[in-house]
Amino acid sequence: MHVIIDYGMGNLDSVQRAFTKVGMETKISNKAEDIKKAKSLILPGVGAFRDAIDSLEKTGLVPIINEEVKKGKYLIGICLGMQLLYEKSYEYGNYKGLGFIQGEIKFLDIKLKVPHMGWNNLKFKTADDPILKYIKEDDYVYFVHSYYASSGSNNKELIAYSDYEDLIPAIVRKENIYGIQFHPEKSAEVGLNILRAYKELIS
Amino acid sequence: MLARRIIPCLDVRNGRVVKGKKFQDIIDVDSPEKLGRFYSDSGADELVFYDITASNEERKTSLEFVTRVAKEINIPFCVGGGISTIDDFTNILRKGADKVSVNSSAVRNPQLIREASLKFGAQCIILSIDAKKNREGSWSVYIKGGREKTSLDAVEWAVKGVELGAGEIVVNSIDEDGMKNGYDLDLLRKITNAVNVPVIASGGAGSMAHFYEAVKYANVDGILAASVFHFGEIKIQDLKQYLKEKGIEIRI
Repeated sequence: MHVIIDYGMGNLDSVQRAFTKVGMETKISNKAEDIKKAKSLILPGVGAFRDAIDSLEKTGLVPIINEEVKKGKYLIGICLGMQLLYEKSYEYGNYKGLGFIQGEIKFLDIKLKVPHMGWNNLKFKTADDPILKYIKEDDYVYFVHSYYASSGSNNKELIAYSDYEDLIPAIVRKENIYGIQFHPEKSAEVGLNILRAYKELIS
Repeated sequence: MLARRIIPCLDVRNGRVVKGKKFQDIIDVDSPEKLGRFYSDSGADELVFYDITASNEERKTSLEFVTRVAKEINIPFCVGGGISTIDDFTNILRKGADKVSVNSSAVRNPQLIREASLKFGAQCIILSIDAKKNREGSWSVYIKGGREKTSLDAVEWAVKGVELGAGEIVVNSIDEDGMKNGYDLDLLRKITNAVNVPVIASGGAGSMAHFYEAVKYANVDGILAASVFHFGEIKIQDLKQYLKEKGIEIRI
């Protein structure tokens, strides 16, 4: 059983349905014992960073997530869930994240329209990463976000990105931790193919 | 590069898809989830459902279609029609829609946009504007499905809507709706020049060239149409191939 961490932010049904479609059985839970027993952890998220990290901390699950991830359990953060993996965010202030990945979440300070909303194509940075197994470079995925993970030139976690005036990290990985900025559950067949590959690589 | 979006629009009444010509002569087409799935599989980038169910009481039942659509498709979709309170937004987003569009109620109560935007984020608040050219050569905003003229100017209302927190503008031309003569490019161009959020063209598609013109000459981010898709006059795959060959960034 894989656990979608429930910290009271938004509708998790579509995320759960997407994992079900690729054959990953998931449970939406905020219970410590479920997280400890889980085969892998999924951290979803919509809304603002501040509210999300507040809610997540209030569940008391952060130390348990830390412990499980250190033991090598896979964790995948999706959309805002990816941003939470970083050290800090500047959305509506200055907030500390989970700190699994080095870097900061900054506003998309660009001339193009913000939020970065719609279908953008993926460019591969680490083409041999197994999560890309069932998709091709330039496949389109669906983004909705105004902040992005900025880790400067030291972006060794970068697996795939999109161009939107700036380089937008789309898939990142640090060992057993993955982050996906776009919405695989809203990205039609390409999104499912990414989850399909994820399922294989963690099993 | 961000792709331009092709968006089939489905009018829903009492849980069924219908399509009006000049908002009248309504013809039944099909079930929302069935058509939704069909379009999603055909390569639609997003879907819009407008619930035109007359009474609030009936709409509660009608909106059950949102849950069914969310289960069927895995592309983003927007729901509009009769939304007038924050509870309506909450209800529809909980059922699994990605965006909610407001029209008449936002004209009557512009603060609804601000409140909803603060609560749910600008990206899921779509301001839908029904506009009709007036004698002065500008465009007036209409409400109640095109039946009632307001004193608002469409371009000014779009700008105001974005200031209040709308994350996207859908511009529906009443003059062109159902006429198949092409989109109202002048109106669209004025609005895309005036706001810095995505603008979606609606009303007037009759041929593939009309879609191209809306992107090329009015720089819209998305193009919405209904009957040409519902009646199979234009196939989404063909349209996307055509636009791509014309050099438009399109997801295929």
